[in-house]
Amino acid sequence: MLKHILTSLTGGPVTEAAPAPADPALAELAGKLDKAAKARLGRSLSIREVDAGSCNGCELEIHALNNPIYDLERFGIRFVASPRHADVLLVTGPVARNMREALVRTWDATPGPKWLVACGDCAVSGGLFAGGYACDGPVEQVLPVDLRIPGCPPRPTDLLAGLLALLETSAAR
Amino acid sequence: MYGEEPLFGLLNRVGTPVEGHRPWPRYRLGRDGWLRLIEGLAGNAWSLLGLWGEPKAVHAAFREDFSGDVAVVSLDCPQGRFPSLSAVRPAANRLERAAHDLYGLTAERTTDPRPWLDHDAWGVRRPLSEQPAAPVPNPGPYTFLPVEGEGLHQIPVGPVHAGIIEPGHFRFTANGETVVRLEERLGYVHRGVEGLMQGRPVTEAAKLAARISGDATVAHSLAFARAVEAALGIEVPARAVWLRALMAELERIANHLGDIGAICNDAAFAFMLAQTSQLRERVLRTADACFGHRLMMDRVIPGGVASDLPERGAGLLLELVAELRKRFPPLVAIYDGKASLQDRTVTTGIVSADLVTRFGAGGHVGRASGRDQDARRSPGYAPYDELAFEVPVLTEGDVNARVWVRIREVEQSLSLIEQIVVRLPAISRGLDHPSIPLESGRGGEGMALVESFRGEILTWVRLDAEGVVTRCHPRDPSWFQWPLLEAAIGGNIVADFPLCNKSFNCSYAGHDL
Repeated sequence: MLKHILTSLTGGPVTEAAPAPADPALAELAGKLDKAAKARLGRSLSIREVDAGSCNGCELEIHALNNPIYDLERFGIRFVASPRHADVLLVTGPVARNMREALVRTWDATPGPKWLVACGDCAVSGGLFAGGYACDGPVEQVLPVDLRIPGCPPRPTDLLAGLLALLETSAAR
Repeated sequence: MYGEEPLFGLLNRVGTPVEGHRPWPRYRLGRDGWLRLIEGLAGNAWSLLGLWGEPKAVHAAFREDFSGDVAVVSLDCPQGRFPSLSAVRPAANRLERAAHDLYGLTAERTTDPRPWLDHDAWGVRRPLSEQPAAPVPNPGPYTFLPVEGEGLHQIPVGPVHAGIIEPGHFRFTANGETVVRLEERLGYVHRGVEGLMQGRPVTEAAKLAARISGDATVAHSLAFARAVEAALGIEVPARAVWLRALMAELERIANHLGDIGAICNDAAFAFMLAQTSQLRERVLRTADACFGHRLMMDRVIPGGVASDLPERGAGLLLELVAELRKRFPPLVAIYDGKASLQDRTVTTGIVSADLVTRFGAGGHVGRASGRDQDARRSPGYAPYDELAFEVPVLTEGDVNARVWVRIREVEQSLSLIEQIVVRLPAISRGLDHPSIPLESGRGGEGMALVESFRGEILTWVRLDAEGVVTRCHPRDPSWFQWPLLEAAIGGNIVADFPLCNKSFNCSYAGHDL
């Protein structure tokens, strides 16, 4: 244990350099934010993740953002337990009808200014599950979407690039 | 009387074999035969492997653990009713409720008739039956089991949990800090996978199979592919068989590493998660470099695999094995040596050997409670018959035992990867990619049992002559593990629930389908 701590202290960080904020994502977000929101948020974002019918592949990669290699918290972005503390809902899955009410209630419980990020192909387009009796997706059919991060699942670097774009835009003066 | 009558003895007496079901036989039973089977189940230790519906029929699969014999039994139910297995096989209950919600089949004399997957949100009832019905006009709330006693209070949790986790509802009844009862309510991530697979060509249905449970995408794809190949009676190229095993073991290691860290994190020992999540990332990057996808999604396909290992692949894999062998054991030593951590995991969340046997629970949940079962060994499938590996089994049944089973499985899987990489060059590369085209013009029924990191997956499939899926039922191991989590937390404190839950790590998506 001590050896590990010593190695960590002397070996330098394992965290890798951040990717550039995603350009298409930046374009999508530009103009969506009003001045008041920017002033209030500064350079930090709190995210509440909601699985609305994902296969859990997206969750695995979102989890990876918290590992020391991607270390999301260095950017001031962190995952919170309650929607009451969140600025952003990060939604995965094709909105299973059994989850629709819970998703909408979570969104309603999130105080403004707030953003919704659709994460993964299912959330962005409904994926393979669109059109069935059990899903209402994509997410934009149910709630207003501010940013889309496609991928099945999106790689951690794609997620990072998308979230950084959100941060840049929300913090721009 | 608790005998061990041969499973086939009974089935040959009361049933008629159905042609074209591979590799194990399927028997059609009459109603009397089905009732005789229920009697036989009461007196014998045959494990329930699955139960699934069709518009006018119900199927169940069993294994005689002693001999390893596997059989599927079917009952036509033109009236949409069948005698329930839940009294003799409690694990059948939720599967029967799912068959009711999807196909409108009623289990007679069931131990629990409440709906399971249907939350009155689909806009339709029994959506996969021949005559779907209009929704109930004013559905009432779901009825939880009654709990009575002094000083009890209830804690409802979910479906949206605190954390990056799948949705499900947990209803705790507690007396002070101690959990008296936990009742689960699942089905929130029901996406209609079985309905979507119906009528799709095999190649498209395979994509759905890969998304049943993202963390076990390789194993579910493999189970689907093997079931299809059994139905069509085809053999895939040897190289594909070995590459599939390689991917399956990488997936097993990645998940166990993530979970071992997460269990420690739930006991407030974040250091371990910081370490094992780096190792997990290392595995995923190697998988990405070797197979072009971090989770290896859509890489196992019916007929073979989607891509061969690149030239540098073998070297990357051996480097990975060497690095994990160097970095993992010191972490295990830390886990073993931290009294404050052991205080949380030892004797927490105990599942009895009796319960895992009654529910037929597999994977680390079963093997930490003494149930020595691994589909790679029994019924077994290639190439594991040519590989040397052990199946770790412990008997304590607590969180600690489940952690240790996972630790040992990581070590075994590292050895398996090494063995496979060493043997691979001798297996011809073949043509462009190691898969064979699926012949159309013949249909059939096939079943596969595949060991995922979580336990045994059963996938049953029926194909028509055009190679279109007419019915597919993938049964995730979680079906038989979720009920045991309710038992594991009983008598423990509420604060230990995350720890118990993570040590199981059942799939919500794989269960809800």
